[in-house]
Amino acid sequence: MSEPILKLENVVKTFGRNEVLRGVDLDVAPGQSLVVIGGSGSGKSVMLKNALGLMTPDSGKVFFDGHDVTQSTGKPREMMRARVGMLFQSGALFDSLTVWENVAFRLIHKERLKRSDAKERAIATLKKVRLGSEVAGLYPAEISGGMQKRVSLARSIISEPDLIFFDEPTTGLDPITADAINDLILEQVRDLGAAAVSITHDMPSARKIADEIAMLFEGKIIWRGKAADVEHSGNEYVDQFVHGRASGPIQPAM
Amino acid sequence: MSNVSTHKSGFPNPLRWIGAGILGTFAEIGRLSTFAGRMTFAAFTPRWFFGQIWRQMIQIGFYSFPVVGMSAVFIGAALALNIYSGGSRFGAEQFVPNIVVLGITRELGAVITGLMLAGRVSAGISAEIGAMRVTEQIDALETLSASPFRYLYAPRLLAAIISLPILVAASDIIGVMGGWLVSVFSLDFDSATYLRNTLDFVTTDDIIVGLTKAVVFGAVIAIMGCYQGDRSQAGATGVGRAATLSMVGAAVLVLATNYIMSNLFAELGF
Repeated sequence: MSEPILKLENVVKTFGRNEVLRGVDLDVAPGQSLVVIGGSGSGKSVMLKNALGLMTPDSGKVFFDGHDVTQSTGKPREMMRARVGMLFQSGALFDSLTVWENVAFRLIHKERLKRSDAKERAIATLKKVRLGSEVAGLYPAEISGGMQKRVSLARSIISEPDLIFFDEPTTGLDPITADAINDLILEQVRDLGAAAVSITHDMPSARKIADEIAMLFEGKIIWRGKAADVEHSGNEYVDQFVHGRASGPIQPAM
Repeated sequence: MSNVSTHKSGFPNPLRWIGAGILGTFAEIGRLSTFAGRMTFAAFTPRWFFGQIWRQMIQIGFYSFPVVGMSAVFIGAALALNIYSGGSRFGAEQFVPNIVVLGITRELGAVITGLMLAGRVSAGISAEIGAMRVTEQIDALETLSASPFRYLYAPRLLAAIISLPILVAASDIIGVMGGWLVSVFSLDFDSATYLRNTLDFVTTDDIIVGLTKAVVFGAVIAIMGCYQGDRSQAGATGVGRAATLSMVGAAVLVLATNYIMSNLFAELGF
């Protein structure tokens, strides 16, 4: 097996007395799509932020393409981020910038591309996510939630990353728009040949975009297997979650 | 649940309570100092986002002009009335223009501008940054390899320390004119004499003192706004609380640094 593009080794993260991650081990191969499922408060977002370097683990290590990036700052961190894309749950579009300026943000501010060239590439990338050039000059507040997710997807793929993180990509969308977003994620990740790590509790989305699924429960990965095996995992926690049952070993977050 | 332990009787342990308060205060001072240091470093080393600095100068400087101007004219007018009223008790009414210009340029022009901007600008910055924090826009900036310190905070700091002295200079002129208006039209002063006394009395040092204070107040206002916004907790309550804390913190620090600087300038003979 080739070296993982991302590897988390016994990652622990606590907030005060709340131990959110209790030793997460995870690896993702280049080109692989891994979906991490788990209930609300299971630590999915914290895990993602530790992997991205937005948080630093209390202990454990994070490797990107074989390099230990757990504590890295400055240039090494920038080099990692240049190869990583991220789609945030809320879209996280900059509301003071137009759609094309959002999409081309990295090109303008990091790669120092001329604004006219950056705009051209932004419009070409918007086309890949089925958005026409007429939305390029609008502000995020002027477009729908589904369109904002597409713009955010365009922003995450414009610099052709090797690894893309998706944080709840379909949350808050109607089922048809959610399915369209899933299709776009699949299409773009395959076109780029990038690895993808998605976190979600939307099972139709997980089934559609995952090569493999892992389940995070109480700060640990308790099961991992092929997406096709998730229905008969033999794990009572996974089984309860996948079938959305209130009764079982997992107590509903109330 | 309270973190403060209790005696067996159920009353809070006062020593533990005081200790926790002191530790918390030092921790907050440490966090604020580190944040201010990073912000200052980002502001005075490349790379600068000139478009952002210009946009913030419009927000902080240009849009604050009406409120600063209105405040200055009324402060100058009230000051003239009070000095006239007090001075008339021992026949010193003629010193109204001298004391008005001294009070405005050395003290009130800068302090009133600082306090008005602590409300208008510091709270605005922290609400904007706070909203960006809770909607993950600041995380998004970092994932796009843009430092929030360089892209968001440094432009606000630079814009504030450039805009405040300009606003204070305007406030000084408008404040003096407020005093002149009342003195000439209400207290029967001769217009030319009033203006000549004002110009003869004010020194370059008086103006430098006020403008130096303005630079420091600009830094205080921008740092408090960005710091509280960056630490904002999720939700409307969190953002609202950040705006309140930044406004109160900036106002108190404006008054505290004003006292320290007044003392320092007096020691230095300014």
